[in-house]
Amino acid sequence: MRLSASDLACARGGRDVFAGVSFSVASGEALIISGRNGAGKSSLLRMMVGLVRIAHGRLALEGGDPELTVGEQAHYLGHQDAQKPSLSVAENLRFWSGFLGAGAADIGEPLAAVGLDALADLPAAYLSAGQRRRLSIARLLAVKRPIWLLDEPTSTLDAAAQVRLSELMRAHLGSGGLILAATHGTLGLNGAQELRLGEVK
Amino acid sequence: MSALTAILIRDMRIAVRVGGGALIGVLFFLVVVTLTPFALGPDLALLKRIGPAILWIAALLASLLALDRLFAADHEDGSLDLILMGRAPLELVVAVKGLAHWLTTGLPLIIAAPLIGLLLDLDAPAEAALVLTLFVGTPALTFIGLIGAAIAVTLRRGGLLLAVLVLPLTVPVLIFGVAAANAAVAGPVPFGTPFTILCALTLASVVVGPFAAAAALRQEME
Repeated sequence: MRLSASDLACARGGRDVFAGVSFSVASGEALIISGRNGAGKSSLLRMMVGLVRIAHGRLALEGGDPELTVGEQAHYLGHQDAQKPSLSVAENLRFWSGFLGAGAADIGEPLAAVGLDALADLPAAYLSAGQRRRLSIARLLAVKRPIWLLDEPTSTLDAAAQVRLSELMRAHLGSGGLILAATHGTLGLNGAQELRLGEVK
Repeated sequence: MSALTAILIRDMRIAVRVGGGALIGVLFFLVVVTLTPFALGPDLALLKRIGPAILWIAALLASLLALDRLFAADHEDGSLDLILMGRAPLELVVAVKGLAHWLTTGLPLIIAAPLIGLLLDLDAPAEAALVLTLFVGTPALTFIGLIGAAIAVTLRRGGLLLAVLVLPLTVPVLIFGVAAANAAVAGPVPFGTPFTILCALTLASVVVGPFAAAAALRQEME
C-alpha cells in the first residue's frame, strides 16, 4: 500500500495555506509533518480524509480497497476527542467501533492497551484531557484500518503515555500500516520521513 | 447496517441521560399547555374549541427545543468529522439521527398528549383524533427541523436562527394537523381530507429533509 501526493495545494478562507506539497508513504513507513503554527499541518491531514477540499494537485492510494476513499480506510485522530461526556468510557468506544464498522468488537483489549480498562464504566465527563486522548487512541486499536492520520497525538499525554503511544505506532507500522502525523515534538519513530510545511514553496 | 444502529442507540442514550433533551421536551409541552387555561380563564367551551391548536403549537415548540444540539454537539466535539468521513451514507446517518430525535422527543409528547388534553376539556374522540394527528405529523416537524439544524451547525446560538428558519416551514404541517383534529371533533370537513394531506407532508419531509440536511452539513464543513 502506498499513499502518495503530488503538488498539493490548500486554500482556506481565500488564503493560500500551502502549495507544492508532495510526498509518498508506503506500508510500514511514517511521515512526520512539521511546521510553524498555521502552516497547514491540520489542513493537510484533513485533506487526506476529504474534510478539506483539495485546491490543486492529486492524492493517490495504491494497493488499497478501490471501492473506498482514503478517508474510509483511515483513522483520523483530530484535536477534538469525539466523545460524549454523558456516555461511559466503554459506551463511547463501543459506539465508534460499531460506527466505524467493527460490529461488536472486543473493546476490553484496546482499553487495556491504553490503560483505561479500570475506568470502563466511568462517564467520559470525569476523564482528564490525557485520559480522553487515550480513549481516542483506543479507537484506532479497536477498529483495524491501515492508515493512521494523527494530529498532535502526544498533546496532553504524560511521559509514560507518550512512550506507550510510540510502542503502539511502531506495532502498527510493523503490521504493514502507515502513519502520517502532525507534531511539534518527537514521536519516537526512527527512520520516519519528515515533511516541513511552510518551507516548500 | 451496524453503523446506523450504533448512531441510533448512542443518540437515544444521550437524550435520556443527564443534559439530554428527552424529558425537557415533555416538561416544556406540559408547561405551555398548562399555562394556556390560566391565561384564557375558565371558559370550557373556548378551551375545547382551541384545545387541538394549543396542543399542536406546544408540540411544535417542544420538538424544536432539542433540535439545535442535534448536529451542533457532534460538531463541537469532533464527532461530525468522523461521521462525515465514515462509510455510512451521510443522508442515512442524518435520517437515523432524526429518527432518534423523534423517538426521544416526539413520541413522549404523543404519549403525554391524552393526559394533557384533559386540561383543555377534550373528550375521548377528540383526544383520539389529536393523538393520531400528532403521531402522523410530529415526524414532519423533526425532519423539517433537521434542515435548520444542519444549516445552523457551525453557529453559536444557532438555536435562535433555527427557530426563525424552521417555524415558517412548519406552517403547512400545523394547518393540516389542527384542521384534521378539529374536523374529527366539529366537522364540517371530513377527517380524511386534511389527514391525508398531513400524511403526504410527513412523507415528503422524511424524504427531502435528510438529503437537504446532509447537503447543508457537507457545505458547512468545508
